[in-house]
Amino acid sequence: MTEHWKRSAGDLARDVTAGRVGAAEVLDAHRAQADRWDPAVHALLARDDERARRTASGKLQGPLAGVPFVAKDNLCTRGLRTTCGSRILEPYVPPYDATVIARLAAAGAVLYAKANCDEFAMGSSTENSAFGPSRNPYDTERVPGGSSGGSAVATATGMSAFSLGSETGGSVRQPASFTNLVGLKPTYGRLSRYGLVAFGSSLDQVGVFARSVADCALVFSVMAGPDENDMTTRPDGAFALEGLDLSAAGGKGLTVGVPRNILSEGLHPEVARAQTRAEEALGKAGVRVKEVHLVPPAACVATYYLLATAEASSNLARFDGVRYGFRAQPADDLLSLYTKTRGQGFGPEVTRRILLGTFALSAGYYDAYYRKALQARRRIRADLLAALSGVDALLLPTAPTPAFRLGEKAMDPLAMYLSDIFTIGANLAGVPALSVPCGFTADGLPVGAQLVGPALGEGTLFRLGAALEGALGGERRWPELVS
Amino acid sequence: MSASVASNAKDLAAELGWEAVIGLEVHIQLRTESKLFCACANRFGAEPNTLICPVCLGLPGSLPVLNARAVGFAVRLALALGADVHRRSIFARKNYFYPDMPKNYQISQYDEPIVTGGTLDIGERGAPRPVPIHRCHLEEDTGKSFHPERQGDRRETRVDFNRAGVPLIEMVSEPALASADEAYRYLTRLRQLVRVLGITDGDMEKGSLRCDANVSLRRPGETTLGTKAEIKNLNSIRAVERGIQAEIRRQAKILGGGGRVEQCTLLYDVDHDVLQVMRTKEFAHDYRYFPEPDLPPLEVSEAEIDAERRGMPELPAERVERFEKKLGLPAYDADVLAADYEVADYFERVVAGGAEAKAASNWVMGEMARASKERGWSVEQFAAVVAPERLAALAQLAKRGLVSGNLAKEVFEAMLEDPGDPEAIARARGLVQESDPSALRPLVEKILAAHPGPAEEFRSGKEKAFGFLLGQLMRATEGKANPQVARDLLREALEKTGSP
Amino acid sequence: MAIDRDTVRHVALLARLELSEEEIERYARELSAVLDYVAQLDALGLEDEEPLAQVNETFPPARPDHARPAPITREEALSQAPASDGTYFLVPPVVEYLEP
Ligand SMILES: [Mg+2]
Ligand SMILES: [Zn+2]
Repeated sequence: MTEHWKRSAGDLARDVTAGRVGAAEVLDAHRAQADRWDPAVHALLARDDERARRTASGKLQGPLAGVPFVAKDNLCTRGLRTTCGSRILEPYVPPYDATVIARLAAAGAVLYAKANCDEFAMGSSTENSAFGPSRNPYDTERVPGGSSGGSAVATATGMSAFSLGSETGGSVRQPASFTNLVGLKPTYGRLSRYGLVAFGSSLDQVGVFARSVADCALVFSVMAGPDENDMTTRPDGAFALEGLDLSAAGGKGLTVGVPRNILSEGLHPEVARAQTRAEEALGKAGVRVKEVHLVPPAACVATYYLLATAEASSNLARFDGVRYGFRAQPADDLLSLYTKTRGQGFGPEVTRRILLGTFALSAGYYDAYYRKALQARRRIRADLLAALSGVDALLLPTAPTPAFRLGEKAMDPLAMYLSDIFTIGANLAGVPALSVPCGFTADGLPVGAQLVGPALGEGTLFRLGAALEGALGGERRWPELVS
Repeated sequence: MSASVASNAKDLAAELGWEAVIGLEVHIQLRTESKLFCACANRFGAEPNTLICPVCLGLPGSLPVLNARAVGFAVRLALALGADVHRRSIFARKNYFYPDMPKNYQISQYDEPIVTGGTLDIGERGAPRPVPIHRCHLEEDTGKSFHPERQGDRRETRVDFNRAGVPLIEMVSEPALASADEAYRYLTRLRQLVRVLGITDGDMEKGSLRCDANVSLRRPGETTLGTKAEIKNLNSIRAVERGIQAEIRRQAKILGGGGRVEQCTLLYDVDHDVLQVMRTKEFAHDYRYFPEPDLPPLEVSEAEIDAERRGMPELPAERVERFEKKLGLPAYDADVLAADYEVADYFERVVAGGAEAKAASNWVMGEMARASKERGWSVEQFAAVVAPERLAALAQLAKRGLVSGNLAKEVFEAMLEDPGDPEAIARARGLVQESDPSALRPLVEKILAAHPGPAEEFRSGKEKAFGFLLGQLMRATEGKANPQVARDLLREALEKTGSP
Repeated sequence: MAIDRDTVRHVALLARLELSEEEIERYARELSAVLDYVAQLDALGLEDEEPLAQVNETFPPARPDHARPAPITREEALSQAPASDGTYFLVPPVVEYLEP
């Protein structure tokens, strides 16, 4: 029997549409992968094989007909438990589907599970899930990255043909680079946030994990475009695949800029090597490579941790044990209902960020912290757009290191925050960014290269990504399950 | 109308040797079809928790989508107040925890509201009294909490989210009101205005208008403001007035005794006329306002403003002027009639029905007001019984002299039970006055024959005997003789019969 | 800037979070470290920079005022509630009254 779980979403959809293979068979192949892998990597949370089989045995049409996928557990799925990796939402079953979930379903894709993640998407390792960490299939002693770690692992191991994650500061690109995947963070407002449980609303975007740039573009095209339920979607956000040249030569004539000034010191040698590999590969593909300048990314991290936490402190206020989710017992007066429910319901990282964000907005500190961060955001965005002005995209590492060990940074919040140092800029500026596999380290860990483009520049990023893919070429290196 | 209550409050602070400085915050519940940020019905009195969706329940992942009509209503109010409409304003989150607030933040506006400035005139005849307005902004309402009754078995507070997300305009006056009476007038005028504008039903029982008051005292002549106290949930015009009076008394007592007023938030219990301290300064909220990232900046185009301007109804002040200038009503009548636009509308239909303006005004302000008050009828209920056209017809009967002033009142009384045409009613009940000489002459003859004495006295020059004879005639016709006609006929007859 | 324990306590109350003394101690330390880190923004000289809260410049129009039937039933909504009586959501007695 052909290993459907190894195949691309595009191929599967074509075969299912043409009736060459049944969606149920395709689904079973991926579920079998989940049964094999999940005990070792813990990628999945709620699973609904029953309804997935029902869907798969029904009439499926569209560009993703019969393609199985999983979604990060901070995307609402009607009738399927959605916990955000948090105890406070452990019992929660949403009465509606996120817009992106509905659009994928309309395109024929088959959701069968929710993916593990850092609690409320706060983290860079998926160690902050209240339901236990996910593990990197290329080395189960290491993290898959985060916060969308479970989604990454699912697609890296063939549990799903693609998966949805979400980004606030790099939560799709960084795990993509840790697990040998293509990871997209779209232009802010290009994908609806309706049904994505908010973390930092002005930064959040749904993201896509796929094993190829082509699949990533396909899935993105199905979801992109304005949504009447989300006033922050762009009226001009739709994305069409037509005329998109994803051949190895498709990047010819384009120019990428490399911000050497921020890559000089403190870069992990393997990451530095990957960066060089990427530059050479693109050069071979006929892409011009020039040098550009960027503000020190540390400023981005500082700005991000003020803005994202400030918004989060307000976004997470609704989790109070009144209308849904966990309620601490006993709670005989209102104040203790709130403080106990939230004190026991949230994990340490979420608590830490709510405290920081509340502080940054509180009387007497607003100007010195929150407002200053808004000013920094304008500066950082202007600086990034300036760097982009002379080029089609920026080329830089996705993460400063390959996948790190579980527990390695768990005790040091700042060190953890710094693993997003190269990704946060795109979120602050609202521009698209793509992480593309760029080889492996000596001890077999994946490393990704990152492309950052101007708003609505996804098409260009896909062309450059495909060019990089083609130039680096070769058989996909699948992770091996060591039992 | 507790006008009496109002007047005895004219200047309580002054009587106590102080000057009151009062500012009002009024929450105006907008009469839109749907809620401010979702398409759930904006309807009062539905089954609890049935007008809800992910957005107004604050479910994880839901997002607000702005209702265009609510913005139009804010523009309309701004135009009526002569205020500035800002082309670009910002929604902000007001963060605090409360069980009937689904997201534990309220989407409101903070440092960039949609409307600033303008005035509301609370002046009376001849003396305009424009009260400066600080700002008006859009925000969402909360759900409703039902707190456990003091005695009663349930311990929990019950929460209904049907009201959550209903559009509100919060209108904040400058601290420019000087007495409970001015506050009373402010609210009365505002209520009239917003109902005329059609942006709310203005029903305070249903909470369509909710008022908070900031009150502070200072010595007359002082320019700096004293420490203010905020009274929350003054939810009837009477409560506003009484609550402010109670607070003025409370502060005057403290200051009079050499004490200092502590900044605090109070609740007024109108039934027991008591103020209870709800929060003191130490526990003041820190709302942590910040720009709402889920909503774009609120932009209002010139075209939208023009559209509202064109759709603007006649405002109460303009109507008073028209009633005086065009209909020639006395200032007093114009004021009273225009004070309630439903009454004014009814009045105009009576005039349109053919009644003279002053006559129509007398009927509306007199008999109609009395009858409605006695029966507790609204204008609508009255109109259902006595259509304006019928009242107009009655006014015309009186003008034609078919019924006398007093008899007309009887016809009016009859019209409240009898749906028939006024003239028919008047005739059927014999309320028509007799003006036909041929019908009266025989009676005159009879009376002169029956009272030769007085007739003789009259002829010998005793004018007062005429009055006696006229009285006899009126009695004989049970008062239905047209007095003028009767007088003429009697003279005529006396002269005739007097000639030898 | 260093955050002391009382500040953590105050902020925790604003955020309705119950913390143990150990947690208060730890968060005071960790948050102080983060604030020291963010202090580097001062070096950017941002005084004249306009704040930027949102990146997009074009947005969809406001919604026409039309009501649709409630998309979820009361039963659906209350099925998620930790405490309800079948009609209302229930919370412990509230003493402080507040309207927006
Ligand atoms: Mg308010
Ligand atoms: Zn709703």
